[in-house]
Formats: sequence, C-alpha cells, structure tokens
Amino acid sequence: MTTAKLTSEELSAAANHAIEAPNAPRKRVRKAGQNFEMYSWLFMRLSGIVLVVLVLGHLFIMNILDGGVHRINWGFVAGRWASPFWQMWDLVMLWLAELHGANGLRTVINDYARKDGTRFWLKVLLYASVILTLALGSFVIFTFDGTIEYPTGN
Amino acid sequence: MASPTAIRPSGGKPSPRRGSLYRGAEGMWSWVAHRITGVLTFFFLFAHVLDTALVRVSPESYDKVIETYKNPFVNLLEVGLVGAVLYHAFNGIRIMLIDFWSKGPRYQRQMLWAIVVVWVLVMLPGAYFMLERNIRHIFGGGA
Repeated sequence: MTTAKLTSEELSAAANHAIEAPNAPRKRVRKAGQNFEMYSWLFMRLSGIVLVVLVLGHLFIMNILDGGVHRINWGFVAGRWASPFWQMWDLVMLWLAELHGANGLRTVINDYARKDGTRFWLKVLLYASVILTLALGSFVIFTFDGTIEYPTGN
Repeated sequence: MASPTAIRPSGGKPSPRRGSLYRGAEGMWSWVAHRITGVLTFFFLFAHVLDTALVRVSPESYDKVIETYKNPFVNLLEVGLVGAVLYHAFNGIRIMLIDFWSKGPRYQRQMLWAIVVVWVLVMLPGAYFMLERNIRHIFGGGA
C-alpha cells in the first residue's frame, strides 16, 4: 500500500488519529453531565459524615440513654416528634440513610449479579423498596399527630 | 467478567501454595466487613421504617411491636446491630481519611487497628447499658 493510493478522505481520517504534540491542550473525553459514578462516590462520603452524627446520636439516645429501649412507647415518640428539631433530625436521617444504603446495594448488585436479567430485577426491587421507604417514612413524620388520645396512659 | 480461573501464561499447574481464593490482608477484610455491615443495616432500616410507621396506625399496634425490641433475645440482636453500625461508621471515617488525607493510604493499616480498639472501648460499656436491664431481670437481681 502506497501513499499515492489513499483517497483524500482516508488521508484526513489518518490526520485525525495522528499522535498529538506532548504539550497539546487536554481535550475533555467525557461530556459534562455523564459523571454519575463520580457524584455517587462523593455522595457516599458526604452523606456518610453527616450520618455518623445523626445515626450514632440516634442509637445512643434510643438504646443507651435513660433506660434505652425499655422506655420507648407511643407516648415517647409523640413527645419527641412534638419538637421540629427531632422531626427534622429523623427526616434528614431517613433520606440520607436510605439513599446511602440504596447506593451501596446498587454497587453490591452490580458486583455480584452475573446475568443482565438478574441485575435488572434486583434493581427494580431495590428502587421500589427505596420509594416505599422514603414515601412512607416522610408521610409518617409529616402527618403524625401526637395529641390524640393515648388509651394506656402515659 | 466472571472468569473463575486466573490466566496463567505459563499454562502449568498452579503451585499448591497459590489456591484460587484471594487472601487479602487487613485491607480486604475491612472491605468485606464494611459490605456485610452495610447490607445488614440497610435491611434493618427497611424493617425499622415499617415498624415506626405503626405510630400512624394506632398507639396500641406501635406499643405491641416495640415490645418485641425489649425481649432479651431481640435485645441481643440490637447490640449486634449497634456493633455493625459502629464499625461501618468508624471504617467509613477511615475510608474518607484514606481518600482525602495525604498520609491516609500510608497509615490505612494502623487506622484499622485504631478503629478496632475504639470499637471495643465503645462497645463494652455500650453493650453493658443496653443489656443491663434484661440481665438483671433474667438472673433475678435487684429488679
């Protein structure tokens, strides 16, 4: 194959694939908005640091402080959710923990599911459970009425 | 990419010391434990949102379900859950230090042993306070 036999189209194609000069400006290989996995990686760390405070605080208050789990009943929840501070604490904790956990499980499914079908249906199940958990949890926190009659007394 | 055997260019038999199972050091085991504790916690969170949602059904139904948490056996499982979450939290901080602290990768092994020590130091009094009431009840102490 000699150079003379190349068409002008082939020549320009060859020129496009030529090795660039070492000091040529960097080209963006990836288009903007396509780095979902990088944001997912960052989200795990940012939500993680907030969850350390929210979840460990929650576990300490609910399981250790002041008699732990033995003092928890409906009246106890009513007392806590009377305060917007604890409502917000629980709402933020619910959303961050659920999304953090869902993203972790997404990674686990991607790692271990061998067939495309298995991977697809496991993710359908995962995302359905995420929507159910977030919707139900938020609904309960926003619509809970702690002033209703408590029959067994508190 | 589910290839069960590694490619061996020499094509010879693997030596008996090199089995097919990858045996990593602390770095691998901390990763395995991080996965297991994370998945466990995620499943518990699902159950926990459902049981807490009963506050919206009626005080009686919520109190009935929350009673199971006070059962001695479930109480022991709660200690396990707290232990799992605590490890996941501490190891998560270690991962962030490895990622963002310039000396993090160099000290990853020491940081793992550090969090194991802190975990034990927190879990000892933690487990005591969580189980105290049930233990006293079972062994007929003052309560």
